[in-house]
Amino acid sequence: MDQLSGAGLSTAIQSDNTCAMMGNEAIARGVWEAGARVCAAYPGTPSTEIMEEIGTYPAEDVNAEWSSNEKTALDIAIGASFSGVRAFTSMKHVGLNVASDSLMSQSYIGVNGGLVLGVCDDPGIHSSQNEQDTRLFARFAGVPVLEPADAQEALDYTRIAFDLSERFDTPVIVRSTTRISHTRSTVRTGSRIEPKAGMFHDDITKNVIIPTHARLRHGPVLQREAKIGAWFDQSGLVTWLRGSGTNGVITVGPAAAYVMEVMPDADVLKLPSSFPLATGTLKKFIESVENVVVVEELEPLVEEQLKVLGYKVEGKKYFPREGELSPQNVREGFEKCGFLEPSNRTPPVSGEAIARPPVLCAGCPHISSYMALNAVNARVAGDIGCYTLAAIPPLHAIHTTVAMGCSIGNAVGMARAGTDDRPAVATIGDSTFLHSGIPPLIDAVYSNANITVLLLDNHITAMTGGQDHAGTGRNLRGKEAPRVDFAELCRSLGVKWVREVDSYNIGAIHRDVREATEYKGVAVLISNRPCVLDPAKIKGEPVQVRTEKCTACQSCMNLGCPAITWDDEIYDGHRKIFIDPASCIGCSMCTQYCPVDGIRPLVN
Amino acid sequence: MDARANRNVTNVLIVGVGGQGVVMVSKVLALLCQQQGYDVKQSEVHGMAKRGGAVFGHVRYGDVVHSPTIPAGEADILVSLEWAEGMRWLDQLNPDTGIFISDTHKIVPPFACRNRRRGQVPVYSKETPAEILDEVAQGYALDAAGIATRLGNERAANTVLLGLMSTALGFPEEAWLDVICDFVPAKSVEINKAAFLEGREWVKTASVPEAPVVADPMPDPGPEFRNELEIIPAWCKGCDICVRMCPEKCLELNADQVVVIPRPDDCTGCRICEWLCPDFAIKLHTVAVVQPHTDEILAEV
Repeated sequence: MDQLSGAGLSTAIQSDNTCAMMGNEAIARGVWEAGARVCAAYPGTPSTEIMEEIGTYPAEDVNAEWSSNEKTALDIAIGASFSGVRAFTSMKHVGLNVASDSLMSQSYIGVNGGLVLGVCDDPGIHSSQNEQDTRLFARFAGVPVLEPADAQEALDYTRIAFDLSERFDTPVIVRSTTRISHTRSTVRTGSRIEPKAGMFHDDITKNVIIPTHARLRHGPVLQREAKIGAWFDQSGLVTWLRGSGTNGVITVGPAAAYVMEVMPDADVLKLPSSFPLATGTLKKFIESVENVVVVEELEPLVEEQLKVLGYKVEGKKYFPREGELSPQNVREGFEKCGFLEPSNRTPPVSGEAIARPPVLCAGCPHISSYMALNAVNARVAGDIGCYTLAAIPPLHAIHTTVAMGCSIGNAVGMARAGTDDRPAVATIGDSTFLHSGIPPLIDAVYSNANITVLLLDNHITAMTGGQDHAGTGRNLRGKEAPRVDFAELCRSLGVKWVREVDSYNIGAIHRDVREATEYKGVAVLISNRPCVLDPAKIKGEPVQVRTEKCTACQSCMNLGCPAITWDDEIYDGHRKIFIDPASCIGCSMCTQYCPVDGIRPLVN
Repeated sequence: MDARANRNVTNVLIVGVGGQGVVMVSKVLALLCQQQGYDVKQSEVHGMAKRGGAVFGHVRYGDVVHSPTIPAGEADILVSLEWAEGMRWLDQLNPDTGIFISDTHKIVPPFACRNRRRGQVPVYSKETPAEILDEVAQGYALDAAGIATRLGNERAANTVLLGLMSTALGFPEEAWLDVICDFVPAKSVEINKAAFLEGREWVKTASVPEAPVVADPMPDPGPEFRNELEIIPAWCKGCDICVRMCPEKCLELNADQVVVIPRPDDCTGCRICEWLCPDFAIKLHTVAVVQPHTDEILAEV
């Protein structure tokens, strides 16, 4: 191993304490060690655990809070940076789209206290709507991006990011991926440094980004790129593993682990960052070997920059541009480009896989809302949350889902288009509504659109594992907090038809959905029932099928409840129903739907 | 980080259904390996896991571990907490030396029970333990859920499998028990210890258990039936009950407020419309379908 000389980082104090940490826990540790004081985030898989973990450090060290959306979180961090303290925000890749408006300006403005964004990409789309590459955003905004390859680097790079931010007067992105964020490995931790508390710097030519000032700032932003690239050359963060000098591999971030796995003997240059590039080291490396390939996950950012610089390198010609890298597709890439001989392997033993997609939970309060929407044959614009699962059979009740907070605007557009005689309905969860559902609801009222909004209030941010928000009455550290009253909020925006309904009351929700969709104008129906998983797991007395009554119509299977399955008993060639008492929570929705009174509480 | 170190890495893939405790098994193994001085990487995917989907955990340990995920076909041990999930990941197992360990316990997903037509069986993996154990290099299939239930808590099935797996890895029994005791809540320490030891004992008497039974076979469904719905328009008063109650949503009211069946192929013949119609306006006829190819065969004869 040939490490380049270090660049004297102020935070390079390390103890011998080691422990196993997930990448997200390591980022949180790095934030705490770097002495950050203000942190805010909106949850989003795979980034959620970062802010949850920061919330486990002492409140006197660091302020950790949930924001309504990623932009307000970044704005809070920016405000803290203006005031001279180190600040941090975390988000998933698509969260950066929401926060990008502020990031674009802040890139010009720069920082006072160090400002770092932890952004987690989702290559392979495990739990997202796309696999956009945050590194492109970094280049777009002209801010440096650090790309850890494991949990240790996640901690180290996060600490370094604060130094980099202050040294070069720029926000810094630490870019993780699902695989880094959710892989646990051994980490050596350090101690917290307490940076000297700064003060607000009164300088409107820097802090107030009006055209005159922005023109002055654009030049320095461009010059910063070259300066940071040169700093990377000297930083000690570029790793050069020497091989025979024939085949060279340039890699960065998570891809490095797969390269090391399948090409242990090649010349490898592992970069800490795709933007800006450590061009000096790259030049030396490319000149030292005969052939060069670039291995990077998702977009060919390093490859394209090297091509523009005039180097003969290849990358995406051999390695996939979509999906997650793996030891096998990286190996195949090396076989295609001739760095590795094709391997002969015993064919694997294989079995028949059955479909096991995620489903709404037994007793999920969203179920009846979508049953009621089906009954009125609604045209439903969905949103981001667990309830997106209602798009698939048997509920099959959501017809579009775009991005956070889009449902209400989409429904307004559908109603305006007027090509459908079905009632236009938007369904949106409580957390998503607070995130970005309020402005479109204002628009709907303002333009007197004929839509129904079904606000699915389950009192939690459920999909990401149960985080609090402004409508739950608790904050990130579990303390009591003011609570948004959704009905009052909607009325104050000018919605005339507002009603709350218990979604376990099937008759009531069917009636209210019918009346809301018949109302001419904006109607908001709030279905009100807590999530069955968070904050407390709900488990009541299960219900049981009265098998002698069951006519095997299987109407209850329309609910898609995972506790309902087939029985071995048969009626008229159809299977009767069995309810698994271990999964059933006794919500009684199936009891109310059964046409022959064939489902009753277990106790009777 | 020294990339040139000995790449002697052991790969364990643990799979199951959300809520079964896949992450617990992964974490206990990873923690133990770390205590034993190995470099460890343990990778899992969050998000959808709680919602009954397929869950997996990769644990890799050795002198130096690079990739967080196990290369395809290089898992040394595959531990499956549910039979069909074992089938899903079987091709990840090293075909020459891999050890397959699976619970024969079945969790039939709701999606397997969606076809309401006559004579349907739930969709589930067809492979039997005997067939699979015959194909893999080394395999064990046991009713871990049954063992755990006998011990007092079905949820300890994952620890039974952990016990069985521990016999393949050679760390001392006390080290395993220490990690388990540290890991599980105080009230379930005893049952988890018992489950772990039961799993370790089981391997000595390992035998091939019965195939997991998904559902009793239907009595001979006979010839295939077609469902024909006879609607008497004169008796229908457009009350809408059948339209709203049809599980397949294949009925509609037409412009004259009379029920029609625009999607006759969706009808599964459940008869609910026939029974619920207050005016006896709907009748279901099940008509045996004559197989066209049977005619051809007869013609040839």
